[in-house]
Amino acid sequence: MNLTPHESNDQLTVVVEESRIDASVAIEFKDRMRELTTDGPRRILLDLHKVDFIDSSGLGAIVAAMKQLDDSQRLDLAGLTANVDKVFRLTRMDSIFAIYPTVDAARIRHDH
Amino acid sequence: MPAAPPSRQGPDTAHTIQSTPEAVRGLLATLMRDLSTADVPDGACGMVELVLAEALNNVVEHAYRGAPGGVITVHTALRGNVLSLRITDDGAPLPGGALPHPDDPALPGPRADLPEGGFGWRLIHALTTRLDYTRTGGRNRLTLDFDLDHMG
Repeated sequence: MNLTPHESNDQLTVVVEESRIDASVAIEFKDRMRELTTDGPRRILLDLHKVDFIDSSGLGAIVAAMKQLDDSQRLDLAGLTANVDKVFRLTRMDSIFAIYPTVDAARIRHDH
Repeated sequence: MPAAPPSRQGPDTAHTIQSTPEAVRGLLATLMRDLSTADVPDGACGMVELVLAEALNNVVEHAYRGAPGGVITVHTALRGNVLSLRITDDGAPLPGGALPHPDDPALPGPRADLPEGGFGWRLIHALTTRLDYTRTGGRNRLTLDFDLDHMG
């Protein structure tokens, strides 16, 4: 599970460098996110623009990554491809995350 | 509604695989290639792949309880805009012998109460136009229909 973290100005952006988040990588994803976010900035932005397939296990792992943050931290999402966006909408998980078209859009919205 | 291209009258196929995650991944890739060749739009392919992955992962993880020795067969039939799949296995029956119907979670709620599972069957129900489960002679049979023109 290849994740690339970039930290700047109180924000940690994590780029998922994989085309799939499925049952075979879900646990590893959750564990890596815990390593990257523990004692990290208050805002975490997960960049999913390279992901074109997510299944229920992958979705569960993203929810778990949010639940394992401490109370002062939040997890936002950016760059959802069509398939990934549809999975979030069909399971209503789009209502519990702030979702932005791109990382840049997420930064602008957050600054204001 | 646009008429489906004649090439969508694909030949029926049957694939039999072992009950391992690797075999499931391989079969998904094969079937998605077949659908793409039959001019099924990318969006619909992606959703069919998702449902098939959920259903096959359920068979591997629950019906066969993660043991690799089981056999899974997937039949496909493509008729215009309707794709029919039939998945059979000889593993344990679905709990209660019936299709699960998970409730929608109560949203929004406290972060700690958010569900991390139960998404699979909700996706399967949401993306199919017909869903049928039978158990006869120790064999599970799950039949799924998709309307390929209304799921991109």
